[in-house]
Amino acid sequence: MSKVLATEPASNMEQPKKKIEAREGIWGDVIDGIVSNRASLISGIFILLLVVIAVVTKLFPQVLPYDPYQQDLGSSLLPPSAEHWFGTDLQGRDIFCRVLVGTQISLTVGLIAVAISLSFGVLFGALAGYKGGKWDTVIMRIMDMMLSIPSILLAIAIMAALGPGIEKAIIAIGLVAIPEYARIVRSEILAIKENDYVAAAHVIGDSNFAIVFRHVLPNVLPSIIVRATLGISSAILDAAALGFLGLGVQPPDAEWGDMLGRGRNELFRAPWLMIFPGLAITLAVLAFNLLGDGIRDGLDPKARKR
Amino acid sequence: MSEIKVVEHVEEPKSTPQAEGDVLLEVQHLTKRFPADTNFFGKATSYVQAVDDVSFFIRKGEAFGLVGESGCGKTTIGKMLVNLITPTSGKIIFDGNDLTAMDKNERKNYCKDIQLIFQDPYASLNPRMRVGDIIAEPMITNNVVPKDQVEKRVNELLECVGLANYMRNRYPHEFSGGQRQRVGIARALAVNPKLIVCDEPVSALDVSIQAQVLNLLDELKEEFGLTYLFIAHGLNVVKHVSDRVGVMYLGKMMEIAPKGSLYNDPLSPYTQALLSAIPSVDPASKRDRIILEGDVPSPIDPPAGCRFAGRCFAKVEGCDEKMPELKEVKENHWCACYRYN
Repeated sequence: MSKVLATEPASNMEQPKKKIEAREGIWGDVIDGIVSNRASLISGIFILLLVVIAVVTKLFPQVLPYDPYQQDLGSSLLPPSAEHWFGTDLQGRDIFCRVLVGTQISLTVGLIAVAISLSFGVLFGALAGYKGGKWDTVIMRIMDMMLSIPSILLAIAIMAALGPGIEKAIIAIGLVAIPEYARIVRSEILAIKENDYVAAAHVIGDSNFAIVFRHVLPNVLPSIIVRATLGISSAILDAAALGFLGLGVQPPDAEWGDMLGRGRNELFRAPWLMIFPGLAITLAVLAFNLLGDGIRDGLDPKARKR
Repeated sequence: MSEIKVVEHVEEPKSTPQAEGDVLLEVQHLTKRFPADTNFFGKATSYVQAVDDVSFFIRKGEAFGLVGESGCGKTTIGKMLVNLITPTSGKIIFDGNDLTAMDKNERKNYCKDIQLIFQDPYASLNPRMRVGDIIAEPMITNNVVPKDQVEKRVNELLECVGLANYMRNRYPHEFSGGQRQRVGIARALAVNPKLIVCDEPVSALDVSIQAQVLNLLDELKEEFGLTYLFIAHGLNVVKHVSDRVGVMYLGKMMEIAPKGSLYNDPLSPYTQALLSAIPSVDPASKRDRIILEGDVPSPIDPPAGCRFAGRCFAKVEGCDEKMPELKEVKENHWCACYRYN
């Protein structure tokens, strides 16, 4: 029998054309995805800048031109000027400095709260979707119970149990968002586990653990990433809402959402009180979303331009 | 003619097609029922009789074709063999060991001996894994080769199935259907299986590609001394690759025979009807097309008598009362039909 297979010839040389050094591994794919998309590259740099600002203002507060906590009632509600770039608030504190310092809390809230809801949500969703049966019923009914209470009310209830403070606010915000992640992960897994490649993994003798982590979850990643980047923004806003109710950040700590909430009273007299913290939130949220797009594309073999 | 050599004589006892000698796989009275309806307490009240008391065997180095129309249970049999579905009753004896009697961990040791080639090459490859990793995974999971030789082996396998080895860094979506099916074949070969269940491996492919993949399967069988259970829904595809053929209808085995015997002298009326449906390449040849009337009965409440009785054109007395048993009508040629009693 001839070994020649008519079409699809096998030339067993290494591929000659296109010399692109594709980065290896999952992180390589992520970096590729970010770099190949200009918007997400800029967003990534912007987020890196926010991180640097947060770290520097925490470690070396003396680099700031003004003390963000020092009240100066004589210069109350000054409009933006060369001296005070973003103007001053009711207590005469420099808003530029407070926005910079606010990065610390806002970034922490966004990232840690999402990390909490992401890890529990993925765990519960994966158990419910993959195991099915009783696991599914029990987990998803608990999730439904959590969803049936308005999230801010639930967060307040958790805060009431834990007591005020930003750390507790982070925990409350993270816990409240778990059901959303669990639902997304579960529904995706229900669809993905019916695929033949999951059956193929069973056939070769993979453990359930390997199947979930190698074959199922990677295919859920795009929806998780999109949800998580959106989640960072809603976490920042939730923290603001809790702060506004006196449960999150305690004055005089600077936090974007809190500044926004307090500036509301002076909206027509001193709009810069809201404009600049609002702008900071918008830009951070936008940057996280665009970065998420880049990461998602990087992890999707079909979207990659090679 | 290569068909004749396979009709080697193996002595078979009378009741069911059991066999001695070089038998790799023996399936005895295999049955699978799926609950179709449940009552208030979650107990099943009616069942889909997917596979009903099916027995057959496959010799080492043989390609056994399993044909039948959609829903006759052939894929269910394949899935039971690779442990994707647990049988309701019956035995699967592989290499002398009863797989159905084993506990989970023991059963796992046999995973690598029986591999499956899937029907749909678009759904059977993880879209987020490179082809090289897809082929390497079963080797690593089952410790088939030392870690440092995995890549070399992947290249060998790619070559075996007619793919260039630089393709290992590509993703499945960059391949055509035929190439994907070759990847699926390479993955099945990766663990040096003894038996490969081919679950309609070409039915999702273009006709021109079908022949290539069938030839490839044929070559690999020679090269690695493989044994195939070849599942298909048309007799013409099976004719190409199998040595012996089993014909199924509605969960029952209707006829088992060596290929030559089955194609030249089909005994079961159902097989005769199936064979008459194969299109001829010669426009001058006149075919006596047997047109069956009616539909396949529902497997939820299969007819009490012969499963095929309702559509059979050669009914005799007793067909409506009891399913005929599979009997050896001619040498090695088994048929379940009252006409040959």
